[in-house]
Amino acid sequence: MSLFGPGHGACPGCGFPIAVREALDALDGKVIAVNATGCLEIVSSMYGRNTWGVPYIHSIFENSAAVAAGIEVALKALKRENEAHVVVFAGDGATFDIGIGTLSGMMDRNHNVIYICYDNEAYQNTGNQQSMATPMGAATTTTPVGKNMPGKMGRKKDMVEIAVAHGIPYAASASIAYPKDFNRKVKRASEIKGSKYIQVHCPCVTGWGIDGKLTVEVAKLAVETGLYPLVEYENGKLVRVRKLKKRKSVEEYLKIQRRFRHLFKHPMGKDVLEELQRIADENARKYGLDA
Amino acid sequence: MVKVKLYIGASSPAMTSEMKTGDWGTEWAFVDEEKCIGCGQCVTFCPEPCIELVEKEGRKVAVIDHDYCKGCWMCYTVCPVDAIRMETKEIYKLEVC
Amino acid sequence: MIKVVRGFYAIAEAVRLSRPNVIAAYPITPQTEIVENLAEMYANGELGDAEYVTAESEFGAASMILGASAAGARAFTATSSQGLLLMTEVLYNAAGMRLPIVLVVANRAVSAPLSIWNDIQDSISIRDAGIIQLYVESNQEAHDMIPLAFKVAENKDVLLPFMICVDGFKLTHAYEPVDLLDQETVDKFLPPYNPVVKLDVNNPVAMGCYAPPPYYMEFRAAMEFAMDRARDVMLKEFEEWYKLTKRNWGGHVVADYCEDAEIVVVTMGSIVSLIRGVINQMRKDGMKVGLLKIRTYRPFPSDEVRDALKNADKVIVIDRALSIGAEPPLSADVKSAVLGNDLEFHSVIAGLGGRDVPRELVEKIIRDVAEGRAKPGKRFEGLNEFEEVIP
Repeated sequence: MSLFGPGHGACPGCGFPIAVREALDALDGKVIAVNATGCLEIVSSMYGRNTWGVPYIHSIFENSAAVAAGIEVALKALKRENEAHVVVFAGDGATFDIGIGTLSGMMDRNHNVIYICYDNEAYQNTGNQQSMATPMGAATTTTPVGKNMPGKMGRKKDMVEIAVAHGIPYAASASIAYPKDFNRKVKRASEIKGSKYIQVHCPCVTGWGIDGKLTVEVAKLAVETGLYPLVEYENGKLVRVRKLKKRKSVEEYLKIQRRFRHLFKHPMGKDVLEELQRIADENARKYGLDA
Repeated sequence: MVKVKLYIGASSPAMTSEMKTGDWGTEWAFVDEEKCIGCGQCVTFCPEPCIELVEKEGRKVAVIDHDYCKGCWMCYTVCPVDAIRMETKEIYKLEVC
Repeated sequence: MIKVVRGFYAIAEAVRLSRPNVIAAYPITPQTEIVENLAEMYANGELGDAEYVTAESEFGAASMILGASAAGARAFTATSSQGLLLMTEVLYNAAGMRLPIVLVVANRAVSAPLSIWNDIQDSISIRDAGIIQLYVESNQEAHDMIPLAFKVAENKDVLLPFMICVDGFKLTHAYEPVDLLDQETVDKFLPPYNPVVKLDVNNPVAMGCYAPPPYYMEFRAAMEFAMDRARDVMLKEFEEWYKLTKRNWGGHVVADYCEDAEIVVVTMGSIVSLIRGVINQMRKDGMKVGLLKIRTYRPFPSDEVRDALKNADKVIVIDRALSIGAEPPLSADVKSAVLGNDLEFHSVIAGLGGRDVPRELVEKIIRDVAEGRAKPGKRFEGLNEFEEVIP
């Protein structure tokens, strides 16, 4: 029996099932899964069509961190804390935006929970509306491209740094393009007591406007351009980054996605492209990405 | 009429294997077992999952379960030895007059 | 053992005796002292193996007890007013997930304008969530109903959250003599929690699944039927409680003098005591008045209400909440229970946001009806004359 799927309803080429399976495998299925409302929940938890081979709970959109905290506390009170890892799977909308309050509370109290944010950079379940995880310049249905607007105006919120600022013992970013790296990070997280935050970059074929066959390549390019640096913090210290032998230009990543295509012809596009390259350069400097 | 079974508080254990998502796509992935080196890349990346490594004639090869294969091409793109090919399903090979 | 204690202590002590596993806390006036008292017990090691956890909001507190309950723990929290409104999304969810959490609401008015004072608009506002609601008259009743709440909520014929509504300040902060329970009595009454389903790696199930149209309506109907079954379960437990403690709180309603009363006053919460005093006096004066105290508000005791009002000519329902734009909530429920009866119906709104309801006002309300001075229908009592100034 698989711990997740087959038979779930994710789009062909969807990124997050890879992350979910990798995380469950890394923890040998010793998991109580807490899921926020979103794509993952919708494709996996219809009544009578449950996809999960581990105990699973979905409450509402913005409270999965608090529900996980409650489960962790209950397991402690019931002397069952060695039974399983409490693992949250929540999208970027549930994490960066609507659920940040409960996530902050969970991290502040340092509950023994692994929080995995599958970051597909918009509200993809409701059809690609911008979230605070949407990168600058991306066209979404709520930040469409028009005469006065070249897609989303602000930059992507740095949730990993926000997690680190809570003083939690472990925070990392990962990508489905590097499943072994993600697997190792989940395993590492499971060895540490306290709150763990792992943000895994998962392309969305429909929202990003990519061919299903490009899912892995796009995810890889996000890392290789420095726009999605893979970093690892333990007790507030940066302990590991994925070095890049030859950092690619952000354009290589952007040009193959429909959500960024307008940047190459919109009058304001050039500025956005420059800003995105600047963000990548800043990441490279900050984390020492260039090998 | 059949009575609906309503489990209060919880859904029964995993049952999605009854959802045969293999009929979603227009294509299916096939493995060239001669070329396959059994590295498992496709198994790791298959989102369903519907690929397994199976022992055949003393070596491991990837086997795809078309009951669940949505034809997403993921395995095709990650295979290091080009052992996977995508084929349009028979019913989609329509002749347009 | 009878002690003079404040309401919040009586509540916290009963929670302790109910051996909860998880308590989540977030402060809000006038509930705060309940969780403060529990915190003190926790700090002093008096809560056994229970875990006490402070939340980042009432929303977080409700979510934590939801998670704890799903994991198989007996879970408790308390709140008031805005806090309850903030919890609302989670509480609807917990009820739908059939999690037997227990919460105390220290009733307080809802903003705006901000008011920390008492009415029952907060708990009334979530009457449709699928949560059992019981309104108490005294701190003794609040103290006694807490073990009962856990027992009813956890009954497998029920499996719904249970909310005990206690008037903020008027009860929570009042000193009253309370016959405090002992552990032996509570243990005899309330067995350890044995969840029918829980998050367990050895028996994985999925909780909180979404239901497509072929199932959704059945799940919601099942809640309605569970609420119906709760009526009998509660009556049985009220009876058990009486046998065990010799304290008889009655059933879903308590009817005083209703058999031969021409006028019956219907209300709930702490105001009942005051009205009872007035009515006792009026009876001595030869007036045929009665009192119907609603204890269980959800499930609404329609049969009991109909029965108690069958001989009445006039009914006065005193609501301490509004359903702005419609009949006040309790009044609407009572009306639907006596549909078809030939009754003169008075819907009185009083005591909002801590507005005092003095004895004289209660007397006036009843006498106005008795002497035909009051027009039937909806009206405010104890309301100052005012003029709306729209700049």
